[in-house]
Amino acid sequence: MNERQFFLDYSRCIGCQSCVQACGECDTHRGTSMIHLETIERMDSVQTAPQICMHCEDPICARVCPADAIKKTPDGVVQSSLKPRCIACSNCVLSCPFGVPKYMAEFEQMMKCDMCYDRSSVGKKPMCATVCPSGALTYTTMEEIQRTRRGIPINSWNFGGEQVKTKVHVMVPREVERVKVDLIQISPTPAALAIDPYDVALMLEVL
Amino acid sequence: MAKLPSSIPDLVHDFGPTLHTIPSGGWTRNPQDEKLVKTHCCFCGQQCGIQLRVNNNKVVGFEPWESFPFNKGKLCPKGVKRYMQDEHPDRLKTPMQRVEGRGFEPLGWESAMERVAGEIRRIQGQYGRDAFAMLTGASLTNEKAYLMGKFARVALQTANIDYNGRLCMVSAGAASKKIFGIDRSANPWSDIPKAKVILVAGANVAECAPITTDYLWQARENGAKLVVIDPRLTPIARNADLFIPVRSGGDIGIFNGMMHIMIERGWVDREFIAQHTTGFEAMEEAVRKYTPEYSAKIAGVPAEMIVKAAELWGPASSSFLLHARGIEHHSKGVDNCMAAINLVVASGRIGREGCGYAMITGQGNGQGAREQGQKCDQLPGSRDIANPEHRNYIAGVWGVPEESIPGKGLSAVPLIEAIHEGKIKGLISLCFNPAVSLPDGNYVREALSKLEFFVNIDFFLSETGRYADIVLPGSLMEEDEGTTTNVEGRVILHRKAVTPPGEAREDWKIICDLAARLGKQEKFNYTSPKQIFEEMRVASKGGTSDYYGMSWERIDKEDGIFWPCPEPGHPGTPRLYEGGKFGHADGKAHLMPVEWRPSAEMPDEEYPIILTTGRVVSQFLSGTQTRRIGALLNQYPQALCEIHPRLAEKLGISEGDCVKVESRRGSIVVRAQVVKTIRPDTVFVPYHWPHDRSANNCTIRAIDPISNIPEFKICAVRVSKTEEPTDELAVLGMEAGGIR
Repeated sequence: MNERQFFLDYSRCIGCQSCVQACGECDTHRGTSMIHLETIERMDSVQTAPQICMHCEDPICARVCPADAIKKTPDGVVQSSLKPRCIACSNCVLSCPFGVPKYMAEFEQMMKCDMCYDRSSVGKKPMCATVCPSGALTYTTMEEIQRTRRGIPINSWNFGGEQVKTKVHVMVPREVERVKVDLIQISPTPAALAIDPYDVALMLEVL
Repeated sequence: MAKLPSSIPDLVHDFGPTLHTIPSGGWTRNPQDEKLVKTHCCFCGQQCGIQLRVNNNKVVGFEPWESFPFNKGKLCPKGVKRYMQDEHPDRLKTPMQRVEGRGFEPLGWESAMERVAGEIRRIQGQYGRDAFAMLTGASLTNEKAYLMGKFARVALQTANIDYNGRLCMVSAGAASKKIFGIDRSANPWSDIPKAKVILVAGANVAECAPITTDYLWQARENGAKLVVIDPRLTPIARNADLFIPVRSGGDIGIFNGMMHIMIERGWVDREFIAQHTTGFEAMEEAVRKYTPEYSAKIAGVPAEMIVKAAELWGPASSSFLLHARGIEHHSKGVDNCMAAINLVVASGRIGREGCGYAMITGQGNGQGAREQGQKCDQLPGSRDIANPEHRNYIAGVWGVPEESIPGKGLSAVPLIEAIHEGKIKGLISLCFNPAVSLPDGNYVREALSKLEFFVNIDFFLSETGRYADIVLPGSLMEEDEGTTTNVEGRVILHRKAVTPPGEAREDWKIICDLAARLGKQEKFNYTSPKQIFEEMRVASKGGTSDYYGMSWERIDKEDGIFWPCPEPGHPGTPRLYEGGKFGHADGKAHLMPVEWRPSAEMPDEEYPIILTTGRVVSQFLSGTQTRRIGALLNQYPQALCEIHPRLAEKLGISEGDCVKVESRRGSIVVRAQVVKTIRPDTVFVPYHWPHDRSANNCTIRAIDPISNIPEFKICAVRVSKTEEPTDELAVLGMEAGGIR
């Protein structure tokens, strides 16, 4: 319980990109940021979401790598590809359910979040989770997170039937047990959408 | 002769802004050769603790400072990348003089300083002392702010000194003083998560005070309700229990409307009001007509929203009000703040744990820099320059006759107007970029070009510095030491990480040198900022912002000290007004009746749209520093015009189109960003960029009668689709005001 872990809380994210800027500042990242900050749909809302590597217990990226270039450390951190082995096939890029690995042509290898292994392996927090001003990215103990947050941390996912367990937890409302991700229609029809919740014009019309 | 010496593209070519993208020494770092310097961010009023990595007198990176209590290692992107202003290719390293047709050329310190002193003597001799003015800034340390005020009054003996806090904290400060008797946030930030309801008025916390976000979210984890008032749905508004998309300038409708309901439903604390306040009856009378329906018309929102706000705030057991420039940047900024603060006082929820109020200070030393006497109406210790007792005390500290201290001078906007009208002929400025940051930019730049002599102290050549006759290379925060006072009123210590490069000098040394050349050496004989602090704390003794009991050693050891700290050994005062004791002579809070009035310029048929301005998270103020940092510029490279799809459709504008935003005073051409998160009667443009991308070309030179803050948050414009410009300014890099 006292070991520090990574917790993601998308609802807290304010899109400031501190994480993106700080990621490259980790000594081993050398100016290359490996965290993704997604702006969901700027026209409709200000919702943003940071995405670090979830560090799967059984990482799909490593399983599909034909060159066996992706390794997990004994403490469960999935690393970027080993450069001498990486053949740039991008299987990992395509297979990851979280969209994390990116093939970086400039460096001729797949690079991704390694939880700032040079820092986290010696008891320091990863850069992004240290600087994040909103607490969307937090590196702390399970005990602390349970004491200070209303939501609960979960690390079980269901991707269209595929069960995935991750080292990183996400904060969800209390009633949720696992995050279920099914295929959805990419362009939702108006009927599939709730009323635009962040449209200021509608707010002024209502009532 | 302060006209631009050569074309803007030529000046940009020579002095930037240039984007700095790779740290000194490259990305391969050698931690074993580095030292870590614990200091604070140079940018906003949050003043986050940060450790700078220093190798061989160069700042090469940063390391979070997790044990500093305010931010606990957290940083916004500006804090993360601030170190990239060190070792910057644009850094000014020698004094320079204006050369017509060629720009600026180096000259030695001796010649530069002699020329400056000579011009000061000439202008003051010819036109009178007040014809030479000084403009300073709220990013200066307390020591420097104190020195600037003393230099103006003792060495220049001009009444005309003001600072860019005039664009920032003066409405909040004036309102606080009127109601509470003290100009400071009332509570430490640690009270925020303990409040059960939080009202955030006109504060884009996520972008302008990002570290405060975690305090708000922590309050919500503890069950607090969050109410956000803003014309734009900002990132914190997304999680609000109630978001009120107020029409800019309509805030009093919400505050007075809430008060009306609170009184009606018995949600005011009659006992507290009777014991600890004055003015309730007049205030009650003023809000009588502010029924929800009447208030709603003023605020431009459904009446139900105001009722709901009152229902959340009124009966709460604990509460916290946070406000910022959104309600303060108005020609009724002080009234807006007073109407908001009335809600705190009438509820009786102040001066206790989890109960209080704070203004979110904008600039780095926005709090301290307004206390040490560089405001046109103030002497150190937040003393009043018109008060004979106050003048006598400071005259004693300075060792000058009381009558030699000038009276109240002009505040920033009237000071620029006096330059434009030819009444002020000479100017010394530092830490201020009015060519970008003041309203009615075309007028401001015209004024600058009318100066007979202008000397600018800065580390980069800002858009304002280009108008200078002499440019003196000053110091970055990390090249000097001194204290600042953060958003909470906590006095903290900035440590020197490196020495100024080349021939650049610490700002205080430049000012002391100049004072000596003006014959006042014995009054400016300082050998260190610490020595200035020692005099400053004596100057503040007995004043409202009393630092007398502080020492640099204690500030360092105790992670900062909150003023007032009147005696050595005094623990400082994190929370003001405990036990209902307020700052006025009668010990009471003075409730103030507030009546709404229209903004200086309301939309009409000719200019039918409201323009409001503000900031983005990756840029800071006029961009002098942050437009030179590659990573920050790339995050949000150019000013965009936020426009609601309904308005955009009406005007035939699509996402990414070039649009002309035009007021009676000037115009800009920027790209449109079509978003549903803004009122359909309002457009928003951030103000960090210069020239034809400067939102302040459009804003209005109207000021609050009490605080003299400009009305940045509302003016009338028309917006139309236009072709992409291809002139010489448009093709500059975006950091220099170009458009892509």
